[in-house]
Amino acid sequence: MNENYNVSSSPHIRDRITSSNLMLMVVIGLLPATLFGIWNFRHENAWILVVVTTAAAVLSEYIYEKLMHKPITINDFSAAVTGLLLALNLPPTLPWWMGTLGAVFAIVVVKQLFGGLGQNFMNPALAARCFLLICFAGRMTYFVYDGVTGPTPLAELKAGEVVNTMDMLVGNIRGTIGETSVIAIMIGAMFLILMGVIDLRIPGSYIVSFVVFIVIFGGHGFDPQYITAHLCGGGLMLGAWFMATDYVTSPITSSGKIIYGVCMGLLTGLFRLFGGSAEGVSYAIIISNLLVPLIEKITIPKPFGKGGEK
Amino acid sequence: MGFLTFKGGIHPDDGKRFSKDQPVQAILPKGDLTYPLSQHIGAPAQPLVKKGDHVLKGQMIASASGFVSAPVHASVSGIVKGLEQRFSPAGTKGECIVIENDGEYREAEHETVKPLGEMSRDEIVEKIGNSGIVGMGGAGFPTRVKLSPKEPEKIDHIIANCAECEPYITSDYRRILENTEELVSGMRVLLSLFPNAEGIFAVEDNKKDCIDKLKSAISVEPRMRVAVLMTKYPQGAERQLIYTVTKKAINSSMLPADAGCIVDNVETLIGIHHAVIEGKPLTERIVTVSGDDIVSPGNFKVLLGTSHQELIDAAGGFITQPQKLISGGPMMGFAMVTADAPVTKTSSSILAFKEDIVAKSRETACINCSRCVDVCPSRIVPARLADLALRHDEDGFVAMNGLECVECGSCSYVCPAKRLLKQAIGSMRKTALANKKRK
Repeated sequence: MNENYNVSSSPHIRDRITSSNLMLMVVIGLLPATLFGIWNFRHENAWILVVVTTAAAVLSEYIYEKLMHKPITINDFSAAVTGLLLALNLPPTLPWWMGTLGAVFAIVVVKQLFGGLGQNFMNPALAARCFLLICFAGRMTYFVYDGVTGPTPLAELKAGEVVNTMDMLVGNIRGTIGETSVIAIMIGAMFLILMGVIDLRIPGSYIVSFVVFIVIFGGHGFDPQYITAHLCGGGLMLGAWFMATDYVTSPITSSGKIIYGVCMGLLTGLFRLFGGSAEGVSYAIIISNLLVPLIEKITIPKPFGKGGEK
Repeated sequence: MGFLTFKGGIHPDDGKRFSKDQPVQAILPKGDLTYPLSQHIGAPAQPLVKKGDHVLKGQMIASASGFVSAPVHASVSGIVKGLEQRFSPAGTKGECIVIENDGEYREAEHETVKPLGEMSRDEIVEKIGNSGIVGMGGAGFPTRVKLSPKEPEKIDHIIANCAECEPYITSDYRRILENTEELVSGMRVLLSLFPNAEGIFAVEDNKKDCIDKLKSAISVEPRMRVAVLMTKYPQGAERQLIYTVTKKAINSSMLPADAGCIVDNVETLIGIHHAVIEGKPLTERIVTVSGDDIVSPGNFKVLLGTSHQELIDAAGGFITQPQKLISGGPMMGFAMVTADAPVTKTSSSILAFKEDIVAKSRETACINCSRCVDVCPSRIVPARLADLALRHDEDGFVAMNGLECVECGSCSYVCPAKRLLKQAIGSMRKTALANKKRK
C-alpha cells in the first residue's frame, strides 16, 4: 500500500492567526498615529526620524541574529513594531542618530540579549526611551510645535495653567511624534480591539485606576476638564493602548492583567502628580513590567472544578 | 438562542456542511471484519472463539474480563480466521479477532425481552453490560460501570450528550433526526434506573431541527427536557457539559456521579435502546465520512469491524491523495497510519484532508499573548504548563494544575506561535498520572 499519511497528535486544525499577523496588525494599528505625527510635525521633518528609527530596529535585529548564527526573525514584524513605537515616543526634533542608538539599545540590549522574541522582561521601545531620556535629557524634552518651542500641555497643566483640551484631543500640540493625537491613537486602538489583537482588560484597568488616582490626589476633585487634560496629555493613550498591551511584557493571566493595569494607573498618577517631571507613563509601564512575574505568580487561576469555572 | 455555556472554548470552522444533509446510508461489508479486543477503556475483552469457529451475527465473540471491561459481538455470520495483531484507528497495534463474512447475516437468537416495567434494575444494567455498550462518543468507557454509581438515588440528571461540538462530524446529528424515537426510548430506559433523575437532551443551538424534533418527541415525557447550549468547542466535553447544564463543576479527581450526573452520548443511548428494548447487542454504528478530499461526504450505518477503506469507497473515494486521515474529529481524533483499520465502537467519523495544516505551520517563540489561557475550558495556563512539561518539571506541572487538562486541544488551535501546547501537556500529564498511580 502506498499510504503516506501524516501522523501527528491532535488537534489537526489550527487557527489562521500567526504571530507575524498579530504584529503586522499592531503596525497597522499604529499607522493613524504615525501618519498624523508625520503630518503634524512636517516642519520638523519627523518622517525622517520615524523611518530611520524603525529601519534601525529591524536592521539591528537582522545583524545581531546574523552574527549570532540564529534564525532571522525580522519577518515576524516584532522589530518593526518596536522601532515604530520608539519613534512615536521621540520628540520630532531629535537627531536621527539618537533615534538609531535607541533602536539598537531596544533590540540588542533589551530584547536579544535576554533571548529574543518573547523573552524580554521590559518593553524594548520604552526601555530605550528611558535610556535616551537619561542620556540626552535636554534633547529628549525639547518640544516644538509649528516652529514654537515650549512646554507640553501636560507640563503646563502641572504648572497650574489652563490648557486647551480640544487641541489635545486632535493633537495640535507639542509632544512626541505619535502621542499627541488622541483621536488618531483611538482609531488604531479600535482597529486592534475589533481584530481581537488587544482587549480592554489592561488599558481599561489602567485608565480607570489612573482617573481614580487623580480624582483623589489631583487637588481638583472630580473636574472633567482636568481629568480630560490628564487623559489626553502626554503618552497615556499611546502607552495604555499600544505599550501596556504588549503581550510579552504583560501578565498571561486574566486577573493579572487587571492588577497590572491598576499598578500602571497608580504609578502614572504618582509620577505625574508627585514626580519631578510632568510625564510618567514610560516609567510606570516599565516598572510594572518588572512586577509581571510576581503578578503572574499570585494570579494563577483556580482550575475548572476547583472554583475557577465561574 | 442558547445562552447556556462555560468559560473558554473556541469557534473553529465546523465543516458540518459537507455531510450534514446526507441521510444515513446503510452499507454492508465486502471484506473480512476485524474486531479489536480493546475497543473500550479498561481490561481488553477475553476471546471466546478460536480459528475455524463458525459464528452468527450478534454472537458474543469475546467477553468482559473484569468490572471495567466490555464484551465484543460479531456483526456478521461467518468463520473465524484467527486472532491477529492489527492496527486500530488510533494507530496502535492490538489483538483482533478476524472473521470472514459468509454474507448470510444469520443472526444468533435474540435474548428474550421483557417490557421495561417488568425488569429489575440489575437486569437492565446486566443487559446493557452484556450487549457490549461503551461510551460511543470517543472515550469508550463501559456504560455498565457508569450506570452503577454507589448511590443511584442521588443521580438527578441524565444528560444525553447531543452537543457534537467536534467540527465535521454529523453522525449524532443524523441519529437525532432519523432515530429520535429510539433515542428517547434509550433515555426512558436510563430514567427507569434512576427514579430521581431528570432526562436532559443537551443540544447546541446550531442544530435547530434536532431541537424541534426532540421537543415534539418528548412532549409526552414529563421527566425529559431539551437544554439548548451555545455552539462552541468543547461544549460536549463531559465536565463542561455537566457544568453548562447543571452549573455544578467537577474536577479531574471527581466523577460525573459526584455532581449527580450521568452523561451518555447519542449513539450510546441508541445502543441502550437496542439492547434493552430489542434485545440486540452492539454490532453497528453511524460513521461520518467527510473532509475536503472525499468525493461525496456522507453518513453511513456500518457494521462494527468493517474496514475504514470500505467506508471511504462508499463515499466515492478520495479526490486526490490525502495528506491526512483522521479517525474522529479534527480536534481530538487520531491521525491514521492506514485506512485499513476497522470501525470500532468509538469510531464516530473518518476525515480525509488534502492538506495537513499542522505540517505546514512552523513553531515560533511564545509571545505570551494569553490566547491559550483565555480559551482553556479547564481554566489552567497552557503556555506555562507546556514550558514546565518541556523542562520535565513534573512537580511544577502538577502544582500548576496540569492534571486538570482535558486535552481538548483548544490551546494548540488558537496559538499564534503554533506551539504544540496540548501535545506537550498531554504527554507530561500521562507521565504524571502514571507516577501518581505508582505511588
